[in-house]
Amino acid sequence: MLALRRPSVLPGFGPTLGFALLYLSLIVLIPLAALFFRSADLGFDGFLRVVSTPRALAAFRLTFGAALFAALVNAFFGLLLAWVLTRYRFPGRRIIDGLVDLPFALPTAVAGIALATLYAPNGWLGSLLDKVGIKVAYTPAGVFVALVFISLPFVVRTIQPVLQDLEPELEEASASLGANRWQTWRFVVFPVLLPALLTGFALAFARALGEYGSVIFIAGNLPGRSEIVPLLIFIQLEQYQYAAAAAIATVMLLASFVLLLLINLLQRWASKRHGE
Amino acid sequence: MKRNTSMGGRIRNWVAAAIVALSAAAPGVAASQTLLNVSYDPTRELYEAINAAFVADWKAKTGQTIRVNQAHGGSGAQARAVIDGLNADVVTLALAYDIDAIAARGLIPADWQKRLPNNSAPYTSTIVFLVKKGNPKGIKDWNDLVKAGVQVITPNPKTSGGARWNYLAAWAYASKQPGATEATTKTFVQSLFKNVPVLDTGARGSTVTFAQRGIGDVLLAWENEAFLAINEFGRDKFEIVVPSMSILAEPPIAIIDRNVDRKRTRAVAEGYLNFLYTPAAQAIIAANHYRPRFPEHAKPADVAQFPKVELVTIDGQFGGWAKAQSTHFADGGVFDQIYTPGGVR
Amino acid sequence: MTKTSSVMGPPPPALTTTTEPPAVRRALILGAVAFVALFLVMPLAVVLAEAFRRGVGAYFDAITEPYTLAAVGLTLTAAAIAVPLNVIFGLTAAWAIAKFEFAGKSLLITLIDLPFSVSPVIAGLIYVLMFGAQGWVGPWLIEHDFRIIFALPGIVLATVFVTFPFVARELIPLMQDQGTDEEEAATLLGASGWQTFFRVTLPNVKWALLYGVLLCNARAMGEFGAVAVVSGHIRGVTNTMPLHIEILYNEYKFAASFAVASLLALLALVTLVAKILLEWRYGDELAGVHRMPRGGKA
Repeated sequence: MLALRRPSVLPGFGPTLGFALLYLSLIVLIPLAALFFRSADLGFDGFLRVVSTPRALAAFRLTFGAALFAALVNAFFGLLLAWVLTRYRFPGRRIIDGLVDLPFALPTAVAGIALATLYAPNGWLGSLLDKVGIKVAYTPAGVFVALVFISLPFVVRTIQPVLQDLEPELEEASASLGANRWQTWRFVVFPVLLPALLTGFALAFARALGEYGSVIFIAGNLPGRSEIVPLLIFIQLEQYQYAAAAAIATVMLLASFVLLLLINLLQRWASKRHGE
Repeated sequence: MKRNTSMGGRIRNWVAAAIVALSAAAPGVAASQTLLNVSYDPTRELYEAINAAFVADWKAKTGQTIRVNQAHGGSGAQARAVIDGLNADVVTLALAYDIDAIAARGLIPADWQKRLPNNSAPYTSTIVFLVKKGNPKGIKDWNDLVKAGVQVITPNPKTSGGARWNYLAAWAYASKQPGATEATTKTFVQSLFKNVPVLDTGARGSTVTFAQRGIGDVLLAWENEAFLAINEFGRDKFEIVVPSMSILAEPPIAIIDRNVDRKRTRAVAEGYLNFLYTPAAQAIIAANHYRPRFPEHAKPADVAQFPKVELVTIDGQFGGWAKAQSTHFADGGVFDQIYTPGGVR
Repeated sequence: MTKTSSVMGPPPPALTTTTEPPAVRRALILGAVAFVALFLVMPLAVVLAEAFRRGVGAYFDAITEPYTLAAVGLTLTAAAIAVPLNVIFGLTAAWAIAKFEFAGKSLLITLIDLPFSVSPVIAGLIYVLMFGAQGWVGPWLIEHDFRIIFALPGIVLATVFVTFPFVARELIPLMQDQGTDEEEAATLLGASGWQTFFRVTLPNVKWALLYGVLLCNARAMGEFGAVAVVSGHIRGVTNTMPLHIEILYNEYKFAASFAVASLLALLALVTLVAKILLEWRYGDELAGVHRMPRGGKA
């Protein structure tokens, strides 16, 4: 790798990269390797059998579906929030800006309990929704609500800096050329925001895929219906099936890794295109 | 290795010391020996009382000041923690199968259940129904649970020991009905689970779902949990319904030999488990709504709370835990078949 | 710094041709506020309302109970070890990645991001598979009486894992944006590596670093799933605050459970206030850099 680096006058490349790689290996890579090797105990056929049971497939569908849906909602409202927070001045703006980080800091279990309290049929919101016949807590919709909560900051925090850097000259030029505000937004602003939006969307999606603590309190956890993949992993562990748990975890891990790699490549592509 | 204070022990002592320094009121500062009792969820209140009594009793008998730490969680998760190295001196779990799993890893001998009286279970319990006050849906017995429009709350038998007793009790009831076959029994249990809107991972989660969130018409619960829930949430809100028959649940206890030999705590650990069979402990057990093995030692008022009910046993009805587990709860077992996607709406 | 400030961007544009009609503006603000109220304010309000349900006295009784204090102590200890470790890692990784060009950079960044998206259950599981009695090195460790999982080291490891990317992720894009000109100049003028780092690089990134530390710390104290797997749940010994919250909740002590939860929510609020104060004081210099900065290249 040293041979592949571009020469620089700055010192410290070897030690810093070395330390970073060592630490990364000890904390992340070697333990994750343990996971791979444990799932290899099953053999290829066994692996496929474990991850393709109807129950596992249903859990994958729910987890990916709810995470996707939550990320889409967050993409929309995250864009809206980022826009409002950077472009407008109104009372309470900084407080709202600060609140966006709340899902990072609140323990996921607390978030789950609070959301369940809120959306249960006897809760503040649940009782209102119950009257119009909508059930959220203990249904797949509950999974969705929890995932929206925990992945909310990602889109906002990804778009905000790009919006702040956006030069007003572009929009002024567009306006002076006769575009109306919507056209300017659609054809000038939005394309610049798109890479960041996609990045935020993908991060929110990846984060939502793995969420456990908040979801189990508000999902009904019914196998095949409202059971998420991390819970399935947990249940496999309860049955002392380490290899099966590791196999399902491996699928999740690979999905996350591919997703993140795509984000980073997208990021590179976007910044290169932007730089030209 | 055995001569020295262990490194891990030292680290733990530092942590303990740091924590004690932070909380001047923390109990057991001068503890010379510490026992760790790894238990399942509903026994928190029971062992809080037992531990206090045992510490006093041990001090009186030997002059040693000891301390008993508690860890609670789902029975299966707790057994797994012990298998993975949690340094438990004794385990007090929800069902023998979980301790069998520990034995299968060689931490204790396979015949562990014969080492103490009464199948190594100093107390028993059973499964009852908890319903809303006045029993608005008129639930009297197991066959009321499969009726349309009745919502049943139970934890997931895959993750909760109590839920396995729930499931097996329902199964035993159905299989004893006139003209019952394997197929009718399965259909019965399947229709029961069709009425379950929420499967929590543990018994306590289900109680909260039922009592606090107001979901469902009936909660299948440990008898002791049902009594506790009534005490916690109010007699005016819930009442217990005892079905015509139920299952004898024997939550067993065991010493973890490999750990007590390393920690050199065997004497006190054995003393702890034997204490559970003493008159003093049996009285505490009954006061905490578990059925004592020796009711003559408990307060008559406490004994009177337990209704007479026909109880089947796991060995008599299901041929032991290993068989019940592999038939019903293992991957692809009957419980999984019930929940085959598309099978249940 | 000139380069930096151009990256931070200009202050928000005044009302010119590049903004929306007032009605649209108000509608957008309303939509955003409603969303925040529904998904952020309401859950927070529930936590606080439940915490004080039994009154202020019960609240303080709950948070001064010995087992609660033990849990607070353990959580503070774990965070005090995990956060500095990740700060050191974040700084070194950011230096290597931002100041040099080498092959495999995208892969390295992806690996650093990975803990973000790994399920906490998996995060706990991997350490059990490593250090558990049935794991790779667990039997040896137990033979020699080292305790990793079900003790403080395991809790710290799980915490380090889940907060792994926070500091690095704050620093890398910013340091990339800042480029290497200033450091190169300092080096050519004869400064040593350490001098360059402490006098040039660190002052340029201090606010992003601080923000990364705040987030990392908040997340470290709040982690539930991963720590639950490796803790062993020994009351007063290996129970962290989030685990203790669950225990109290399971003992039907709802008010007490939410009281302890409110401490963590309070911590989140302190973090937020600290951030707001920083922004107030340093305005857009910070605002531009402290975000999840993936899209931050301009």
